[in-house]
Amino acid sequence: MLHALGTAVPALVAGGCSGPLSTLDSAGPAARDVATLWWAMLAGATLLTLLVVALLALAFLRRARQGETGAALWIGWLGLAMPGVVLLALLGSALVLGERMIARSEPGLVVVEATGHQWFWDFRQPGAEGAIATRDVLHIPAGRPVHVRIAAADVIHGFWVPRLAGKMDAIPGHVNVLRIEAAQPGVFEGQCAEFCGLDHTGHRFRVIAHDEAGWAAFQRGEGP
Amino acid sequence: MNALRRHRALTAIWGAPRGWRGTIVSVNHSDIGRRFILAAFAFFAIGGVLAMMIRAQLATPGSAFVGPDIYNQLFTMHGSIMMFLFAIPMFEGLALYLLPKMLGSRDMAFPRLSAFGWWCYLFGGSILIAALAMGVAPDGGWFMYTPLSSRAYSPGINADVWLLGITFVEISAIAAAVEITVSILKLRAPGMRLDQMPLFAWYMLITALMMIVAFPPLILGSILLEVERAFDWPFFDPARGGSPLLWQHLFWLFGHPEVYIIFLPAAGVISTVLPVMARTRILGYGWIVAALLAMAFLSFGLWVHHMFATGIPHMALGFFSAASALVAIPTAVQVFAWIGTLWNGRPELKLPMLYLLGFFLIFVIGGLTGVMLAMVPFDWQAHDTHFVVAHLHYVLVGGFVFPMMAGAYYWLPHFTGRARGGALGSAAFWLVFLGFNLTFFLMHLTGLLGMRRRVHTYSEEMGWTWLNLLSSMGSFVMAFGFALFALDVALQIFWSRRTRRNPWSAGTLEWASPIPTPAYNIASLPHVGDREPLAAQPALALKLARGEGYLAEPRHGWREAMAVESTTGAIDHIVVLPGNTRLPIVTAAMTGGFFLSLLFGFYWLAPVPLALVVVLAWRWASVLGHREDFGPLPIGHGQTAPIHREAAGAPGWWGSAFLLVADGTLLASLLFGYAFLWVVAPNWPPPARIDGGFLLGLTAAAASLAGVGLARRGLAAAEARAPIAAGRAAAGAAAAQAVCIVALLSLGVTALPAPETHAYAAAGWALLVYAALHAAIALLCTAFAGARIASGHVSGTRLLEPSVARLFSDYSGAATLIVLVCVLAPAIAP
Ligand code: HEM
Ligand SMILES: [Cu+2]
Ligand SMILES: [Cu+2]
Repeated sequence: MLHALGTAVPALVAGGCSGPLSTLDSAGPAARDVATLWWAMLAGATLLTLLVVALLALAFLRRARQGETGAALWIGWLGLAMPGVVLLALLGSALVLGERMIARSEPGLVVVEATGHQWFWDFRQPGAEGAIATRDVLHIPAGRPVHVRIAAADVIHGFWVPRLAGKMDAIPGHVNVLRIEAAQPGVFEGQCAEFCGLDHTGHRFRVIAHDEAGWAAFQRGEGP
Repeated sequence: MNALRRHRALTAIWGAPRGWRGTIVSVNHSDIGRRFILAAFAFFAIGGVLAMMIRAQLATPGSAFVGPDIYNQLFTMHGSIMMFLFAIPMFEGLALYLLPKMLGSRDMAFPRLSAFGWWCYLFGGSILIAALAMGVAPDGGWFMYTPLSSRAYSPGINADVWLLGITFVEISAIAAAVEITVSILKLRAPGMRLDQMPLFAWYMLITALMMIVAFPPLILGSILLEVERAFDWPFFDPARGGSPLLWQHLFWLFGHPEVYIIFLPAAGVISTVLPVMARTRILGYGWIVAALLAMAFLSFGLWVHHMFATGIPHMALGFFSAASALVAIPTAVQVFAWIGTLWNGRPELKLPMLYLLGFFLIFVIGGLTGVMLAMVPFDWQAHDTHFVVAHLHYVLVGGFVFPMMAGAYYWLPHFTGRARGGALGSAAFWLVFLGFNLTFFLMHLTGLLGMRRRVHTYSEEMGWTWLNLLSSMGSFVMAFGFALFALDVALQIFWSRRTRRNPWSAGTLEWASPIPTPAYNIASLPHVGDREPLAAQPALALKLARGEGYLAEPRHGWREAMAVESTTGAIDHIVVLPGNTRLPIVTAAMTGGFFLSLLFGFYWLAPVPLALVVVLAWRWASVLGHREDFGPLPIGHGQTAPIHREAAGAPGWWGSAFLLVADGTLLASLLFGYAFLWVVAPNWPPPARIDGGFLLGLTAAAASLAGVGLARRGLAAAEARAPIAAGRAAAGAAAAQAVCIVALLSLGVTALPAPETHAYAAAGWALLVYAALHAAIALLCTAFAGARIASGHVSGTRLLEPSVARLFSDYSGAATLIVLVCVLAPAIAP
């Protein structure tokens, strides 16, 4: 079984990582970094699982008994030291990564407002002549950082564009800020991540990342 | 007395009548434990059927099997049933059944309380299942986030069913936690030091202590949310100063420790079964206990990892992320101690061991994905997707279901007295193991490809079609395996041949009793000086049956067990336990009546069942006790001991103390909520603050302190054999508490704004009601002590009632003072 999985999964992964909502098919810096972190953690987890399986198999297979192997080896080294080192390294890199992703003011920044409703999303942003409001479609410029100020009108929703970045909850009474960025122009699928009632499934939206000309046109109020 | 006559005499004392009457009145731990286990398995089957319906719906894109309304009920009920009606009651049942036997005792410390917990669980669970059958089951997800679960967005009865039904069931969890803690600390075989307890008892002790601290936040949250739904007190409504985040904190303050509460008993099973399978002793007993303590401690510092995407500052998240990752270390200590144990012994691939191997693989993978999810950036992507669904099932099924199945095969001979035959058990293993991995291994990928949890369908373009189909097929293979397991167990119960005592040659005391066990467990109690008493003294079982231990001679028709000094195991006193009674089922039915009147909104009716519960509680306490002193009684081996009524530190006192710890956690959670709203919630400061009320506050404080002083004086007078003075002091204490109640409520009415106006006022009112409620409890306790003094049940040596009354008065006094400070502070603050 495991062998079957062991061969099937990589094959599947190679062919099957793309998809309109795939976190592994990244199209922005944040999603790319997380995907890299995932592959690294997967490799580490595979090694550790194999270690445990091998130790278990040996417990049953090995013949020679050298008496009691002590607590120092099993508990001191394998139980305390090994996970301690691995976790410290992992925690450090995840912290650095997270710091890179959080919203900070930076040059070229675009700020948009997103409000989750049962069951649609309202977006507002400054345009050339006053604010531009859109529903269920968010327009952003490609290659520039965008801060999405996320709020909710009724219940909790979650703003998530898997190919661009992680998710952030939309909580009534609070405003959360999420940094997203699309590396290239394109259309990216978004979805509400937090269960929000009857039509949570259909609570979807779309992000359109424009090239420079398209973005200028959008800001002038000329529809795409 | 020969062995047979002793058996008859003890059975007459400890047994329950046959038939329905016995079912209703029995308080025996083996009966109650078995019932918990069977009912939990039945709920597992129901939850499993719901899971199959979920998987049937998700098998193909665009499926029209159920719509979103039904689907939402399916996963909400699946999750809630599995967590609250299956996992927790299952290990409670196992603990109730096993602990007294492992500890060399005859029952748990509070047999009527276990029966009461059982009935609450059964009635509460039935309410939930009835709602499911009628199509009005909860549908807000098993963590019931507000405001979705508030009146405005869930107007139906569904959310009330969850809040009230689960709280009703939680009563049984708190009851079990207090009972398990006191039983382990006090009711052990003489001589058994704390560090000689079987590891299972250690695991259960830590689990029970965790429950005492973890459940109150959830109970508080449920009460607050139900009050918001029913009376419009806006604790969670941001428009009036509430915060949806408060619910999340309260829920996960419970919810995260909860998963360790589920895992630890199963790990206790592993630490018990695995060394026997390897024919050796566990490696690193002390290390394991230390790891347990570390886990219990850390698990209360992790709850925020369920809230990484709620906008909490990143550096704060870093702290919780680190704590979440660190909890992997005590887990690793245990896993490697187990593997080391296998290396040290000669492991045999018997059926329980096979299930343990399944545990190792699945749980290790679940633990590793848990570490991944503890990394904040990764969680931002994986949170609320099927990756999390996969992770949580690897941990819960791997870390709970597999060890429990190993335990089932290990202890079934003990339950049934029969041996296992046939190969069905390993066929079941392979089906469950392969089916499980097919279902959930692929689900990690489904989640990373972007499939959210709690969606009832998806479209072909997403690219999840065949992953989902395989997952669904796997789940049906797994279901088949569970059915085979149930069949195998049924076959063993009804048709297998009989087996000898201790078929696995284990070293722990539960195997010292004949199997199936008689109602009294063991004919006499051993003196224990070793972690594995049966390995140290192979003839022990026979010696005990011949009556060569403690308490071999029945007297007065009493159910007797030994209480020891908690750490050293030195003989402390004899506990005389209550026998069969209808009180638990009647009290549970009245409690159910209270919850049902709330559920249907008959608030005017609710005080009736509540008053009846109080009357029953009074009766509950007054049917026990004696009017005379017995003095030290012989217990065998030429030793004597007093009965618990004549000793300090009786189980009843300890039980009250641990109950108050739970209660104190509830108060702490409420204070946390008050402060949290103040600091974090929108729309503060409130439009109106408390206005005056100092005089009433001072009156309440003075009355409460008078109550404390008088309760203490009553106890001292009773001890000094001055019953008249003691009775007077008790009556005075009760009167003082009555004054305190009136003053507290008047303070609210005259000085606080109305609770519906703002979360500030609602929280202030909640604090006042809490204090008043505890003054009422202290009133009842002191009045009861007064009555018992008058009836001659209290004497200079029999001091249980006044000392418990003093405990509750002290607590109420402290709570009242804290509440008053917090409620009045805003009046002086700028
Ligand atoms: C018997 C095999 C099981 C299967 C096939 C199964 C399947 C599932 C599936 C597919 C979901 C996700 C539903 C969704 O998000 O749309 C789910 C959720 C869940 N399951 Fe299971 N499950 C099983 C056993 C268990 C067990 C043993 C437990 C706990 C001890 C458990 C606890 C949960 C919880 C807590 C949820 C989350 C519910 C929610 O989102 O509100 N499951 N299960
Ligand atoms: Cu939504
Ligand atoms: Cu949603």
